[in-house]
Amino acid sequence: MMGIIEVRIHGRGGQGGVTLAELVAHAAINEGKYAQSMPSFGPERRGAPVLAFLRVSDRPIRVRTEIKEPDVAVVLDPTLLDIVHPTEDLKNGGIAVINTKKSAEEIREKYKIDRLALVDAMSIAKEILGRNIVNTTMIGALLKATGIVRFESLEKPVKERFGNALGEKNLQAMKEAYERTKIF
Amino acid sequence: MPRRVALEGSHAVSEAVRMADVDVIAAYPITPQTHIVERLAEMVANGELDAEFICVESEHSAMSAVVGAAACGARVFTCTAGQGLELMHEVLFVPSAMRLPVVAVIANRALSAPLNVWGDHSDVMAIRDCGWIQMFAENAQQAFDLTLCAYKVAERPDVLLPAMVHIDGFHVSHVVEPVLLPEEETVREFLPPSEYPFPLDPDRPVSMGCYGPPYIYTEVKKAQEVAIENSYEKVLETFKEFKDVFGREYRPVETYRVEDADMLLLMMGSYAETAMLAIDALRERGDNVGLVRLRLWRPFPAEELRNVLRGVKAVCVFERAISFGMGGPLCAEVRAALYHLPEGERPKVVSFVGGLGGRDVSVEEFEAMLRRAKERVSSDELEGFEFVGLRE
Repeated sequence: MMGIIEVRIHGRGGQGGVTLAELVAHAAINEGKYAQSMPSFGPERRGAPVLAFLRVSDRPIRVRTEIKEPDVAVVLDPTLLDIVHPTEDLKNGGIAVINTKKSAEEIREKYKIDRLALVDAMSIAKEILGRNIVNTTMIGALLKATGIVRFESLEKPVKERFGNALGEKNLQAMKEAYERTKIF
Repeated sequence: MPRRVALEGSHAVSEAVRMADVDVIAAYPITPQTHIVERLAEMVANGELDAEFICVESEHSAMSAVVGAAACGARVFTCTAGQGLELMHEVLFVPSAMRLPVVAVIANRALSAPLNVWGDHSDVMAIRDCGWIQMFAENAQQAFDLTLCAYKVAERPDVLLPAMVHIDGFHVSHVVEPVLLPEEETVREFLPPSEYPFPLDPDRPVSMGCYGPPYIYTEVKKAQEVAIENSYEKVLETFKEFKDVFGREYRPVETYRVEDADMLLLMMGSYAETAMLAIDALRERGDNVGLVRLRLWRPFPAEELRNVLRGVKAVCVFERAISFGMGGPLCAEVRAALYHLPEGERPKVVSFVGGLGGRDVSVEEFEAMLRRAKERVSSDELEGFEFVGLRE
């Protein structure tokens, strides 16, 4: 049994944060869990800081508000750390899952976060997908950091969304990120 | 066997419309309704739904087109939101008076100005008197279920009225959550092809939408009023039939933890799900509070509402709209419904307005609202309304 896990995804318009939340919600629901994903309600602008929300639970989820104090903050774009301070309102014991090339020491010192999951998702995405779109790659990091759903559960929603060939590549990037993510 | 799937609220509506096997869809895309029609257009293009999709140039035309198609006996669908519903306004009054079973889903949205694409019930209140059967869904499952119920009740030969399902813009339309999708055959059995009794047909000419001069207009309006009043029982029957087939129960007025309550929170729409958590938290601390949700907005379930509220000390009405210069329109109707209850059985009513233009109301804010409602009741501050979460 697990209680409700609240995840807030920080990205920039066009980076696929909403898709990330939706794919994990699909995976969780396919596992028989309850889940809810939603965008940060409104017209999105390419490049502007945007949010997506994800809740996963063993029990039906009633709350329908945006997430103010997440258990997990997923940061798709490290430049957002200085702009929207996505990790400041993490719940006690919460974890920040960050796409970065920086070291844990550097991040921890600058942003005062206790629990960190770090991965250089940009390099993985460029290497495997040939472009700097890290949303699916970062699902790997989120799974490593939280165990929120099983890795295999992503296969179906990812292939439904991207088709078989591209889906396979996205899953590969996800797996690579899962393996390379370091928890501190 | 029903399938449990992850679906966005909008796509749950599209699925219901597909399974209802509609003949004609006419719609114009507008946030936050867009995903519903996008998916339907895709279904028609892919041959998953054998329907005519009319890409109209405005919502006024969308409603006009479905009115025409319904008059020919077609099962029709349209949907819109906010400004789009306002542009549709003039034509909304036509199918109800012409007794055409048009079905529409509205992704409720605030009205300009200032420009705001997010959710509230300003658009609903502006079309309150259009003569349609109107229901509120709080989540994707209810959006699916009530869309089917809308067709079922609208097309009954003893009803023949248009029906509208309201889903909150974004808070339902854009949320992905689990939905139980029934087998298509089950839906087909529940909702056999529409048999509109007086279709336009060159071989059997009928007149529709005639001129109604003063000597007949009042009688026509009386007939229309009788029709929607009588539809109440048919809504109940429809909900019963729905439960018998699909297992989920709906009521015109639904309650949550109302036993022994001395204060009831009353509202419509998806924020009720968040409010349930506030009720739980307050009950935990010994406060006897409960929640009442209006599922059916028109015909207004006054009798059932009175039965639920009779004898309760106080009712706190929360709503996402203002009738400027008057206060909360839902609260006004609740007060009117309670007016004739005898002294001693008539609850005191306090009014709150919030969640405007998409602003969240958190669990904590609902708790604070109920605490404030208690204060207002004990100090007899019953007039007017207060804003929730207002920054001054």
